[in-house]
Amino acid sequence: MNDISTSGLIAADRKVDVDAIDAGIKILVENLDFFYSGKQALFDINMAFPEKRVTAMIGPSGCGKSTFLRVINRMFDLYPGQKATGRVVMDNQNIVEPQVRAAVVRSRIGMVFQKPTPFPMSIHDNIAYGIKLNERVSRAEINERIEWALTKAALWGEVKDRLHTSAIGLSGGQQQRLCIARTIAVKPEVVLLDEPTSALDPISTAKIEELINELRSEFTIIIVTHNMQQAARVSDKAAFFLLGRLVEFDQTARIFTNPREKSTQDYITGRFG
Amino acid sequence: MSQRLPLRLARDATFRAVATLSAVVALLLLAWILWTLVSRGASSLSTALLVTDTLPPGRGGGLRNAIIGSLIQVGMAVIIATPIGVLAGIFLAELGDRSLLGRVVRFINDVLLSAPSILIGLFVYQILVRPFGGFSGIAGAIALGIIILPVVVRATEDMLRLVPSALREAAFALGAPHWHVVANVTLRGARAGIVTGILLAIARAAGETAPLLFTSLGSLNWSVNLTKPMSSLPVTIYQYAGSPFDEWVGIAWAGALLITLGVLFLNIVSRLLLTLGRGK
Repeated sequence: MNDISTSGLIAADRKVDVDAIDAGIKILVENLDFFYSGKQALFDINMAFPEKRVTAMIGPSGCGKSTFLRVINRMFDLYPGQKATGRVVMDNQNIVEPQVRAAVVRSRIGMVFQKPTPFPMSIHDNIAYGIKLNERVSRAEINERIEWALTKAALWGEVKDRLHTSAIGLSGGQQQRLCIARTIAVKPEVVLLDEPTSALDPISTAKIEELINELRSEFTIIIVTHNMQQAARVSDKAAFFLLGRLVEFDQTARIFTNPREKSTQDYITGRFG
Repeated sequence: MSQRLPLRLARDATFRAVATLSAVVALLLLAWILWTLVSRGASSLSTALLVTDTLPPGRGGGLRNAIIGSLIQVGMAVIIATPIGVLAGIFLAELGDRSLLGRVVRFINDVLLSAPSILIGLFVYQILVRPFGGFSGIAGAIALGIIILPVVVRATEDMLRLVPSALREAAFALGAPHWHVVANVTLRGARAGIVTGILLAIARAAGETAPLLFTSLGSLNWSVNLTKPMSSLPVTIYQYAGSPFDEWVGIAWAGALLITLGVLFLNIVSRLLLTLGRGK
């Protein structure tokens, strides 16, 4: 009758030895409200993102999950009229307070977008851009870091002979892996992924998911996705959002096999959304 | 099947016919102009035209001083107007978008964009030529600069707006400050379009006569002194074409052909730039 058992099983199988509860807390969100020029989009969000784990955020379009990501790295600051109240605490600091510099927050919390966003410059320069922005490092160190990031992003082998050609010439999947490399090259503590595979073909999607699995040991990852199977495959914990509210937040295995709330169950079984 | 289908098909056919006809008429007019230019100008086109200065009637002569004068004045105009225009465009697109200053600047720029060029000539005459006691090449350059400026502002603003906001956000997401995002990412993405806008503005300025009549005036002699009256192609064409001497009229046509070829060249370059900009 429904397919949650199958998708749930995949997650349950893989996560036998992963205990998300034992992980430390990287980001703690308390009483977070968010407004788009007066219209409230997030209502009293309270949750804790475990360190060096993958947390998936799921929910129908317009439920506020992407908005939530854009609050965490202060992207909303770019647009006048958008306002967050409440606390998003990382290392004892409320990072949504205006006194905290957005640029600093963003260098610690990287973000990869729905569509690949390569800068109109060479592959090398794309990655060097973020490094040079945040650190004073020698040319040799930059090259080393570029190789490290591209290797991590499983792209090194494909581009090592054409680092100085334009990044626009890469395929969509390669561009997205380049964007991931560019993000982790800055050595952030948290990586936000906003539907990173929704514009990609299945093979590229599989590569990105593999990559997420690789990165989980070094970064705290928060991924927004519309793909239930993807959430089940890659995440340790999952949060279900509906109409700007956090409905349920639990271990992924539990969300997909035995959710507490009826609306969660309805959504993951495809009854709406 | 709908009874109205035949009527819709007939409407479609009519629309297609009218649109095609209009395109043909527009093209024919252009071809006619070009043909007139080539047939009248080609006979006077020679190397002598490029290496001899304008001479009194009956002694032949060429357009060298006018060509060089035009190049100098248009070149100076670009040097003056481009930095101001690009920076103002950045302000409109990135910084002062909805601010009062931004809206005022955008409005004034639109007015300037459609201001009659003779008005700009008169304006520069009032503020530069009269107070400083004479027509000069620099006054001509400034008048042309004022023609170019609003085009560059508009092109820069429009091209910057075409850069996807995701690209801008991606740069911010790495922790970049605003100026850095604009200078290194947005401006790069818009580069081809902005250069195209500048080239088209140059093409327009190269053919302007009215703003030069009251500023650099024109000169029959060789002069590269910016503080003295300076010759230019459009003004020379204006003077020659209305003269009673067949020889001068022929040179005027040749000059017009030269300007057209120059403008055509700039258009082709800007097309190429845009295609290359998209391709990479």
